[in-house]
Amino acid sequence: MPGPIASLIWYLGTALELAFVVCSIARNSFYRYFFLNLYLLLTVGTSVARHLILGWFGLNSSQYRYMYFYTDALLTLALYLALISLYLRVFGELNFGKHVRLLAVLLLLGTVIFSYAVVAQSAGRLSTLFAYELSQNLYFVGLVLTYLLWGAVIKLRETRTRLVQFILALGVYFSAYAAGYALLNLESKYSVVLTIGPALGCLLPLSWTITMWRHSEDSRLVPAQLVSVHR
Amino acid sequence: MMAALIFVVSVITLLMFFVSYCRSLMASSSSHMLSREVREVTGIPELPCGQDFVRVMQLLQLCPERREDRTGLQAVGTYFKILNFIEQSIARVVPSIRAWAEHERAGCANFAAVVLDRRIALSREILAEQGGL
Repeated sequence: MPGPIASLIWYLGTALELAFVVCSIARNSFYRYFFLNLYLLLTVGTSVARHLILGWFGLNSSQYRYMYFYTDALLTLALYLALISLYLRVFGELNFGKHVRLLAVLLLLGTVIFSYAVVAQSAGRLSTLFAYELSQNLYFVGLVLTYLLWGAVIKLRETRTRLVQFILALGVYFSAYAAGYALLNLESKYSVVLTIGPALGCLLPLSWTITMWRHSEDSRLVPAQLVSVHR
Repeated sequence: MMAALIFVVSVITLLMFFVSYCRSLMASSSSHMLSREVREVTGIPELPCGQDFVRVMQLLQLCPERREDRTGLQAVGTYFKILNFIEQSIARVVPSIRAWAEHERAGCANFAAVVLDRRIALSREILAEQGGL
């Protein structure tokens, strides 16, 4: 079983994920940001399922390992959909929706094929390896796509406060997660590194909930202030 | 080596997104006109400067807290510390950065002053409710 700090982070993360969903229902924005809500609802469901499997079979069981990697792939896919939904909101008014959807499907297919090609060469437990590889690659694609989306937000002078802050929070989350993974590979002997990843996972629902609670859909900001360089 | 490279790139993008996130927080409060009371209490004449931030934060401690402000204040406070560090280190070598850092610090002070304004308004509402009872 995980230690008290890991459990605390787990419960806190789940509570924050639920808070976002409750908040978006209260602010009549559940369907407007359906894929963000879907992702966080799936995260809550996954947390509960993982907790149950952990209690029944233990941390080192193959059941928990399978469960962990498959649900992780599912969650990454849901986060990818959430990110594409933000793309559709940014490019929606330019009538690029069709192109965004087509590109998103092609990119997803490309990532799936690439992940399969990587794991096809190795023997044994192909499906688990595939789930792990797909998850990793989709995370990387997500980070690049968020970076590009932020560039588009600046270029198009996006003013919708909610949308801007959702995208920025996603960028912070992806970058922090990638840094956490890299740090884990560099210095896995320090136990504090192991808690960084889950702790960072709390950042996304926290910042999304604050944005949803503080700003209405009509709230606008001055785009120039996001990039202004004092001369 | 690869992990170290990924770590460095991730930290740079993390900083970039964090700075933009803080700016978006500050931008969302930039249209707010500071009330006369806040100007008098803080001693801010027209536009706040970076030095006002610490004083405004001290005044904020005296007001009842609004939950929705807490995380934004923490994020902007962290950004302010990063800017202070930049001003005391990199800005000494590259003077042009000093003006930019001061401009950003002033933005942080303005954000804190807007939060103070809202907290004073909240205090007044609470007092009015108590008076009504």
